[in-house]
Amino acid sequence: MKRLVSLSAFAALLMTGTVQSPAQAQQVSVKIGVMSDMSSLYADIAGPGSTAAAKLAIADFAKANPNVKVELVSADHQNKADVGSGVVNKWYDTENVDLVIDVPNSGVALAVSQIAATKNKVFIVSGAAASDLTGSKCNANTVHWTYDTWMLANGTGKALVKTGGDTWFFLTADYAFGHALERDTAAAVEANGGKVLGKVRHPLNTNDFSSFLLQAQTSKAKVIGLANAGGDTINSIKAGAEFGIVKGGQKFAGLLVFASDVNALGLAIAQGLTLTETWYWDLNDTNRAWTKRWQTERAAAGKFPTMVQAGVYSGVTHYLKAVAALKSAADGKAVVAQMKKTPTDDPLFGKGTIRADGRKIHDAYLLEVKSPAESKHPGDFYKLKATIPAAEAFRPLKDGNCPLVSG
Amino acid sequence: MFEIFGIPSQALFSQLLIGLINGSFYALLSLGLAVIFGMLNIINFTHGAQYMLGAFAAFLLLQYTGIGYWPALIVAPVLVGLIGMAIERTMLQWLYKLDHLYGLLLTFGLALIIEGLARNYYGSAGLPYQMPEALVGGYDLGFMRLPIYRAWVIVASLTVCLATWFVIERTRLGAYLRAATENPALVRAFGINVPRMITFTYGFGVALAAFAGVMAAPIYNVSPQMGSSLIIVVFAVVVIGGMGSIMGAIVTGFGLGVIEGLTKVFFPEASNTVIFVIMAIVLLVRPAGLFGRRA
Amino acid sequence: MEQSVAAATVTPPVSSSSRNWSEPLAFAIMVAALAIAPLYIYPMFLMQALCFALFACAFNLLIGYGGLLSFGHALYFGWASYLAAHSAKVWGFPPELAILTGTLTAAVLGLVAGSLAIRRQGIYFAMITLALAQMMFFFALQMKFTGGEDGIQAVPRGRLFGLIDLADTFNMYVTVLLIFLAGFLLIYRIIHSPFGEVLKAIRENEPRAISLGYKTDRYKLLAFVLSATLAGLAGSTKAIVLQIASLTDVDWPMSGEVVLMALVGGLGTVFGPVAGAFVIIAMQTYLAQVGQWVTVIQGAIFVICVLLFRRGIIGELAAYLRIKL
Repeated sequence: MKRLVSLSAFAALLMTGTVQSPAQAQQVSVKIGVMSDMSSLYADIAGPGSTAAAKLAIADFAKANPNVKVELVSADHQNKADVGSGVVNKWYDTENVDLVIDVPNSGVALAVSQIAATKNKVFIVSGAAASDLTGSKCNANTVHWTYDTWMLANGTGKALVKTGGDTWFFLTADYAFGHALERDTAAAVEANGGKVLGKVRHPLNTNDFSSFLLQAQTSKAKVIGLANAGGDTINSIKAGAEFGIVKGGQKFAGLLVFASDVNALGLAIAQGLTLTETWYWDLNDTNRAWTKRWQTERAAAGKFPTMVQAGVYSGVTHYLKAVAALKSAADGKAVVAQMKKTPTDDPLFGKGTIRADGRKIHDAYLLEVKSPAESKHPGDFYKLKATIPAAEAFRPLKDGNCPLVSG
Repeated sequence: MFEIFGIPSQALFSQLLIGLINGSFYALLSLGLAVIFGMLNIINFTHGAQYMLGAFAAFLLLQYTGIGYWPALIVAPVLVGLIGMAIERTMLQWLYKLDHLYGLLLTFGLALIIEGLARNYYGSAGLPYQMPEALVGGYDLGFMRLPIYRAWVIVASLTVCLATWFVIERTRLGAYLRAATENPALVRAFGINVPRMITFTYGFGVALAAFAGVMAAPIYNVSPQMGSSLIIVVFAVVVIGGMGSIMGAIVTGFGLGVIEGLTKVFFPEASNTVIFVIMAIVLLVRPAGLFGRRA
Repeated sequence: MEQSVAAATVTPPVSSSSRNWSEPLAFAIMVAALAIAPLYIYPMFLMQALCFALFACAFNLLIGYGGLLSFGHALYFGWASYLAAHSAKVWGFPPELAILTGTLTAAVLGLVAGSLAIRRQGIYFAMITLALAQMMFFFALQMKFTGGEDGIQAVPRGRLFGLIDLADTFNMYVTVLLIFLAGFLLIYRIIHSPFGEVLKAIRENEPRAISLGYKTDRYKLLAFVLSATLAGLAGSTKAIVLQIASLTDVDWPMSGEVVLMALVGGLGTVFGPVAGAFVIIAMQTYLAQVGQWVTVIQGAIFVICVLLFRRGIIGELAAYLRIKL
């Protein structure tokens, strides 16, 4: 019964946002391509789950807007920039795709963003993290939806310093992505009165982190910032549990951690880990109801949607509203301009806006991983420590050096 | 307390110990490769995937049958070893008369299949595997805290490595094995079933990889790609040691683990490349490897 | 006892006269097909496939005619594409100079890696090339100019010789086709030169070649450098065509892929790698819609080729028609 209520509330919410007057009822057709990593590293945080989210968004939209005909295709970029750009070129050129969405992996996302601009189509990024997408490499055809590195670094860094974690030691993956995370977090820590005691740069895909953790342990820093991702983060935390890092009073801050990583660690090891996300499935009734629908669509009862997948839903919804308002998807720049003009409003991310540089603005949440005893049901990973208001969560417009803003 | 190159001695000792633990995995894996190579003349590219299968088997045993870590240490390698023997019977055995490179290509293809399947069914993020109760905690050694599990890793892998060396170099069975690699026709004339011996050897080498996988499950991320990056390093270890020698594989494995551990202190950025650099130097000085004989 | 790799693949009874017509005829068919292909097939796909075809041919020069299996050819392909992309984007080189820069980089890297790798034979050779390539992958990852996992994006195509605008798809296609054909003919020329004959002799029986007075190490090294250089030419061209250089191109799966291309098409055949590259790239592009199963299917093709079709597509065809291809 409860589920039914929340579902109908959710449907009602959607209707109010998208209801159309009958006079507008002329046929508009749109084609959306979900480009994701279906078979490799990011298949869990995006992948087939993103396609499922896009399907839900289209189904919800179609109910209210029978005059818009939406087609959906999807592809696997296999984490290769050339495969990704090959498929996207073909989509835009010969298959009349109007919107490409998701694209985890910054390399592929930057390539796709370029192509979308050249061919005047639309690209909504949900899966990739690079804040350059709305910074020096921004363009008028790209919207960055869910999160980015600056927001993660700043959110976690600032919030932890404010709650007493004022000395930091970084474990940094030794490549551009890790360096960027470390730099942005360190800036946030120092700006809020914290101190960085040291750092160690480890190569990507390191198996054994014990040696780096010993260095972190001897630094006596209160917080160990993990400026790495995926398997490296998991291996760091696993080794940390063994060497008694958390028991010794130090705290791990994951700068790019997803629910799927927490699941891979198990709560017993991951407990106490602090991280930032922009969406969590167990945050409220609307999210829980949507999660049930997503699980049915995805045919995966035990899996839980990530913020990336929720972002795909939200992004597709807002895009379709803009297309319906313009009654055409042909001019990519015009569609993005329309998207920026109208405030966003959807059940998952609530009300928000898209800035001139293409950055979508919404609240972010500082979360802490629960202990096994606190976790009541499967997927019950986090407790909410703080909400970072939309206005503070993302990089200020002037700091991004986006050419769309300055000139 | 004294210092060496600006690093406190106690930190150095702990890093040495950690390197030794890391080396345990290199030793187990390169030992398996050496055993297989000695008998089949094949470089087993599937080794990384079979290491991963060991860890996955441990996870699945716990998940579906409730079999815990200790029995899994035996059961998982046996299961994966049996899969290996099936692979040898159905595929590898047809390649012995061809260039060795075909063995490399076939096992490379198999590695892709196994990894791909694991990813399709279990995702790429990884699976949780708890440490057994008895091994949680650590010893205080004065200069560092040594987790019990790490101590266990060193003891277990040293035992397995030395037992393997003993069987191959010092027993009758081992003598047959060594004889069969030198002259299979003659060994057959003594009434020994050489093809069966080959199958068994491959299964054993694979089981060693799976054993390393089970050992890794509680401390490393159990994911489909856990073996693929490791195996290339192990290849370099094998080139450095020289394939011919069982003891060579063990010693080089532990030794390079220590060197890598030290690099993590003095020059962490290079810790992934140091083994490759050593390989290049060894090739310049002793092309046959440290323990190898020139073919 | 042992069969060498290429001997296992090319064993059709070839009469000396057949050589006179079958290869030129096949070449003419290939050129004609590639000339009209853009009318029917998406040109971006064709250009990408042509770059990989050249890459596979370069790789095949080493294994098919020198009997040396390199498992690290991504090193030359990827680093060349980085240098070409960097020189075109940051230093403002015109495309012809950018491609030259990339190609020369590959040649130098090939010289260094090759002189280490040829110290061992067979499987060791494969493992050493793999390890060296992995080492250079880590350098590529850590160095600033490569842009880490973002890669080098938005590489300008520029104007060829200051005249021809390569942003135009037709111009770009013709350029890529000419580069490919030049590389292909060069490899063909190498194979049929006295140098190529010595190389084949070394592949069949190295001790005998040594006893005949050939300094086999020099021949092997030269073959290695040539192969690396041409792989670099392919990588540089790809960077200009696709306007990206990324980590994918230097990572070890790329080394595996080029082996697969040559194997599918037919090791030690002249046209095999071209066919193989087109098959694999088509598979990647069109299977992209299927997702998920790409890795498994690639692995299965490896296994099937090794167990059942060691001659590859072109090798089987040549054997069936009893001609040389």
